[in-house]
Amino acid sequence: MKSFPSRKATSAKAATGIIGFDEITRGGLPHGRTTILAGGPGSGKTIFAVQFLTHGVRRCGEPGIFVAFEETPERIVANLQGFGWELETLVPKKLYFMDAQLTTELLQVGDFDLSGMLASLGSVAEKMGARRIVFDALDVLLAHLPDAMARRREICRIHQWLLSRDLTGLITAKAASEDTSSLGLQPFGFMQFMVDCAVMLNHRVVLGVSQRNLRVQKYRGSSFDENESPFVISKTGFDVAIARGLGRADVKVSTERVTSGVGRLDTMLDGGYYRASSVLITGSPGTAKTTLCGAFAEAACRRGERTVFVSFDSDGSEVARNLISVGIQLSHQIKRGLLRMISARTIIGSSETLLVKIKALAKEFGARCLVIDPVSTLSRAGNELTAHGVAERLLDWCKTDQITLVCSSLLDETANQQNGGTALQISTLADTWIHLNYLVQSGERNRSLSIIKSRGMAHSNQVRELILRNSGITLADIYTSGGEVLMGTLRWERESALSSAGAISKTESGIKRSRLNAEEAELRVRLQSLRTELQAKRAEKQLLAHIAENRRSETARSLRRVQKLRKADPFVEESSS
Amino acid sequence: MNPRGKYKFELYTAEGTDNSSLAFGNLLTLCKAYLTDRYEIEVIDVFRQPQRALEHSIRMTPTLVKLAPHPKRTIVGTLSQTQRVLAALGIERAAG
Repeated sequence: MKSFPSRKATSAKAATGIIGFDEITRGGLPHGRTTILAGGPGSGKTIFAVQFLTHGVRRCGEPGIFVAFEETPERIVANLQGFGWELETLVPKKLYFMDAQLTTELLQVGDFDLSGMLASLGSVAEKMGARRIVFDALDVLLAHLPDAMARRREICRIHQWLLSRDLTGLITAKAASEDTSSLGLQPFGFMQFMVDCAVMLNHRVVLGVSQRNLRVQKYRGSSFDENESPFVISKTGFDVAIARGLGRADVKVSTERVTSGVGRLDTMLDGGYYRASSVLITGSPGTAKTTLCGAFAEAACRRGERTVFVSFDSDGSEVARNLISVGIQLSHQIKRGLLRMISARTIIGSSETLLVKIKALAKEFGARCLVIDPVSTLSRAGNELTAHGVAERLLDWCKTDQITLVCSSLLDETANQQNGGTALQISTLADTWIHLNYLVQSGERNRSLSIIKSRGMAHSNQVRELILRNSGITLADIYTSGGEVLMGTLRWERESALSSAGAISKTESGIKRSRLNAEEAELRVRLQSLRTELQAKRAEKQLLAHIAENRRSETARSLRRVQKLRKADPFVEESSS
Repeated sequence: MNPRGKYKFELYTAEGTDNSSLAFGNLLTLCKAYLTDRYEIEVIDVFRQPQRALEHSIRMTPTLVKLAPHPKRTIVGTLSQTQRVLAALGIERAAG
């Protein structure tokens, strides 16, 4: 052999341009090698193949050849018109279609081989410098070969031919049964040992909803995601859903806060939602989920951030009109071109399809914020099995693309709050979970709001009353007394009762204070007069002592005088000892 | 009855493959036995003349094309079952 298969570096990949598939295979199909694509009828093999070729022509500068065994090239081109690939502009210089159908008048006697075709292809490939080639519906051709030996021989022939020309080959083949989980069971099973990459497509109907899945079964010399990945055929071609590329497992985490659109809710959240986080608002019907979503959307637009509002329940213009009643002016933001309302009620199909459409719209609009109201629609009948995966991918995608996601979810009246209530189990995935509830009390129905969880925030544990006024949305503290929660009118009554009681007690204490003041003043006066009296008494006592002294000395002097006059003996003190 | 005109064949072959050599041998034997001196065979090697194979939409080798007499017929394979080939080409055994 002239060329040894492994002369080309194994890392080289031929990008397919198929969203998701290039991530699964870390870059595309093996360059210069052969890939088999197997799937049931209508599983999208031809679309995949043609998309692979057109991407090669337009983006990689690699002209391609399409060998059609089953349909005429004209029909294939006509069928694929809807994808907007403009194939007619590429044919035949950059994209060559070869009709390789076996006509009915062709008689077959004895064994034959494909050398003729390969020789023709070789000359075409050389002339146009083709780098990619697709053999579509090879099984149709193989069915004409007499035995397994011949089939194997011809596959080998094609394989060797591809290798020697260093073409990136894609062979599509119909799977005999719907179960394409294993290629080995297929009649052309031996192909899988020859090719370097094997991709399975399958198309199942689960509870009346169509589900398409793609799986890479093998890929020599490369790592790949081994799980089945759902895919849809969208307006622009194939779109494979992937949870998250391994390369970007750690997305950039932001500490930036964005407002919820309700001032007091921001306070409860210790500053607002995190940028690129996912917020879930749950509640029964009529608990103002849409209103909170609208408040967030309006606030985002006011910051100048492009926002997509997907509404499943009602028309976009209806939502805008209804929210005017609570002072949220969405129509203004729509006019400014910052807000896009999407009525998704009209989108039918599996949850996978919905997600793809939402992603496409958001990408097209360049959205930084996304509102989905309500996200629980994704788990409609027939979608239960995939809905959880879809929700997971929705959240992952938003995180990766740094989109702040606010979605509401309808809680079944009967569902309890513990299990999150939704089949999506989105509550465990969401970063912030706000729960809205009703409290029916003394003839009133009042809305309450509480934060069940909010990752990475010192959030409030309080239940607040959600009040909708035409001036906007506010939250009010609620009263609990004696194990009873007071909201609405009862809360107002309690508030006014408390304020009047406060006024009374204030007056009462004023009165008491002035009375005490008066008493104090009186006591002070009395104290003063007593002190004066005491001084007077002291003075009187001193005077008395003085007089007594005077009198005694006077008496002694006069006695001595008398004695002197009488010439008496000197006076002797008797009481000396 | 068979027209006594000449049979004109094109045999597209791939050089070096067993099928092609077999087909050529079978065709020659058949012609000698049934169409003595009434045949003309052009052998075209698809590797040497790919353009020609492409123009005539030859996908498989070996392919035998009967150009004359009318109608044109195409047979793919080694031509190993003589009876079937004769029937397809409109040659009656008795004619030989």
